[in-house]
Amino acid sequence: MEKDLVVKTRVGVIDCDVHHAVPSMAALYPYLSERWRDYVKEHNIKSLEPNYYPRGNPLSARPGSEPSSGALPGSDLGLLQRQVLEPWNVQYAILHCLYGVQMIHNEDLAVQVAQAVNDWQMAEWLEKDSRLRASIVVPSQNPQRAAEEIHRVGKHPGFVSVLLLVRSEKPYGKRYYWPIYEAAEQYGLTVGIHAGGVTGYPIMPVGWPSHYIEDYVSHAQAFQSQLISLVSEGVFVKFPRLRVVMMESGFTWVPSLMWRFDKNWKGLRREIPWVDRLPSEVIRDHIRFTLQPLDEPPKPEILLKVIEQMGSDEMLLFSSDYPHWHYDEREDALPAGLPADLERKILFENARAVYRF
Amino acid sequence: MSDVKVETKGSKRKTGLPFIDCDIHNEVPSPEALKPYLSQRWRQYMEMVGTRTYHGYAQHIPYPKGNAGGTRQDAWPPNGGIPGSDLNFMREQLLDPLNMEIGILNCLYRVAEQLNDEFSAALARAVNDWQMAEWLDKEPRLRASIVIPYENAEFAVEEIHRVASHPGFVQVLFLPRTREPLGRRKYWKIYEAAENHGLPIAIHFAGLGGNAITSHGFPSYYIEDHTTMAQAFQCQVISLVCEGVFERFPGLRVALLEGGFAWMPSLMWRLDQQWKRLHAEVPFLKRKPSEYIREHMRVTTQPMEEPPKLEYLMQAIEWLGSEEMLMFSTDYPHWDYDSPELAFPAKFPIELKKKIFYDNARAFYRFG
Repeated sequence: MEKDLVVKTRVGVIDCDVHHAVPSMAALYPYLSERWRDYVKEHNIKSLEPNYYPRGNPLSARPGSEPSSGALPGSDLGLLQRQVLEPWNVQYAILHCLYGVQMIHNEDLAVQVAQAVNDWQMAEWLEKDSRLRASIVVPSQNPQRAAEEIHRVGKHPGFVSVLLLVRSEKPYGKRYYWPIYEAAEQYGLTVGIHAGGVTGYPIMPVGWPSHYIEDYVSHAQAFQSQLISLVSEGVFVKFPRLRVVMMESGFTWVPSLMWRFDKNWKGLRREIPWVDRLPSEVIRDHIRFTLQPLDEPPKPEILLKVIEQMGSDEMLLFSSDYPHWHYDEREDALPAGLPADLERKILFENARAVYRF
Repeated sequence: MSDVKVETKGSKRKTGLPFIDCDIHNEVPSPEALKPYLSQRWRQYMEMVGTRTYHGYAQHIPYPKGNAGGTRQDAWPPNGGIPGSDLNFMREQLLDPLNMEIGILNCLYRVAEQLNDEFSAALARAVNDWQMAEWLDKEPRLRASIVIPYENAEFAVEEIHRVASHPGFVQVLFLPRTREPLGRRKYWKIYEAAENHGLPIAIHFAGLGGNAITSHGFPSYYIEDHTTMAQAFQCQVISLVCEGVFERFPGLRVALLEGGFAWMPSLMWRLDQQWKRLHAEVPFLKRKPSEYIREHMRVTTQPMEEPPKLEYLMQAIEWLGSEEMLMFSTDYPHWDYDSPELAFPAKFPIELKKKIFYDNARAFYRFG
């Protein structure tokens, strides 16, 4: 198995979903102005760590990913290098910082923390390891100011993506968010939508579930309705070069959604006349999915058929989702039994086509 | 859908396969039709306040459908009423030409969405009395769902006890857009009553809910509201399984009506996968989530999944892991009606079709 892995990773994989963690608010002090440092201290804001990966939860951290200091998994560059970059011979790893910026009600504070997180990402990650890339954290509470943040740092070669969280205040197709897409397209950045975010709407369209497992599983449904919104509202007609990457979304649901959406489009397309071709075609052209967590079918050959049903071998991007724990052995990050050319596409070719490498 | 006119008045089915239609809609012609079944107090209330649900329109709905009423254009009865409101026309257009053995009515009158629980309970009583008098007692081929005020379990249970002994009622009806996920304990007394009476519960496609249809608010278009309904169904499945409803009520059966089925395998895989990692949170689940789903849940076929290739459809059915889960439905008189002649691809295996057309529903509903 080890030899096999070496062969597979000789060229170097591109890991499209890796998480680094802001250790505490204090770590951002150097990147905040005096006014906002004072604000954070006076209001006793010690942490904006989100609760969607509870620390005691086995899904949140792979065994061994917690630094010996007891700090948050993903907060130590050295450990991340040893556990992600080296074993997989990673060409590029794309970091997505899930600090709770998008949930702050105070828009001014959100803008400041987003800036601080991005400055922290540049100084403490991107400039320390040339294999690292990152997504720009934006205050999506205010799309105009989110676009300003993209303009501020969009030229930095380390940023390859703009980060949005799947649970937003409105569906992402709405014109309200278009300034973000306009700016992303201008800098050749993908828009990455990642699991997470809490904005007041229940995760389920039927109300609040009791358990974490329900919340986590039903993220797939949140992604599905965001995808429906992006296509229906004509985002890709307005921004034809825009690429959206759905991360930690699962993807085995994509074929059934395409069928349903295409069928409904045939009956109802007069309502959205700007969508002038099958929704499945738009999805295949503009939307990509990261690999983990793999909602693994009981047999490996079923997965191949699912990928065939998606109608494209260019939609999947390798991800470890480090430090989240989805698979046990490193080799299991990639499904077994993939044909060599598909494996190559998933490991790095598809990502190369989507991100500006 | 005006350009697809699949079944015209008087057309005969070509095949003789026995056939149970698990989803037909009988429509209350107007609030006036319920007045004979309402007490003086609630007639007055209806006149003074009327229907108040989760949206702000008096006549309109938040997501206007693709055509008037969202129905087949040929389904308007000659008596000038609304589609689905005239039994004679339903016989003429659906029951007779399709040679239907049994058809199950799901009345979608907005009962449980009423903000006033007591009015909701009064409407449920009225709708069920209307169903018995105007449909079940007049047409032996028809069965119906008990309409209940499901947001108030106490009232819902009273209504189930009141009418469950009528042989025409074969299940208890929910709409998917509930105030809380259906697995939550708030609804358990209803499941207890349904189980005691040997009745399944059904969850039928319907718009409008107190919660936004997405985890991120209200979309702009009907096509989104309609397409996203499948996600509401998926969340109800997640909730019913993960809250342990089937451990607590091992005899409970659930029919998902008009929610699609091609998404089910993917959801089973995802649930099973996460259960492996997170089962300690839900230790009352003794089996893999997919096993509860296969044992307790059934899904209707309409609107039929239409992948670009027949083999994909067969794969989706194979991956359900059971040939017993699918039950045929037409959704008469709605716009996305499926004809028993045309809904399935020509090369669809006949043995499986027999199960979907008849055997599965007969076993699930325990028809003799």
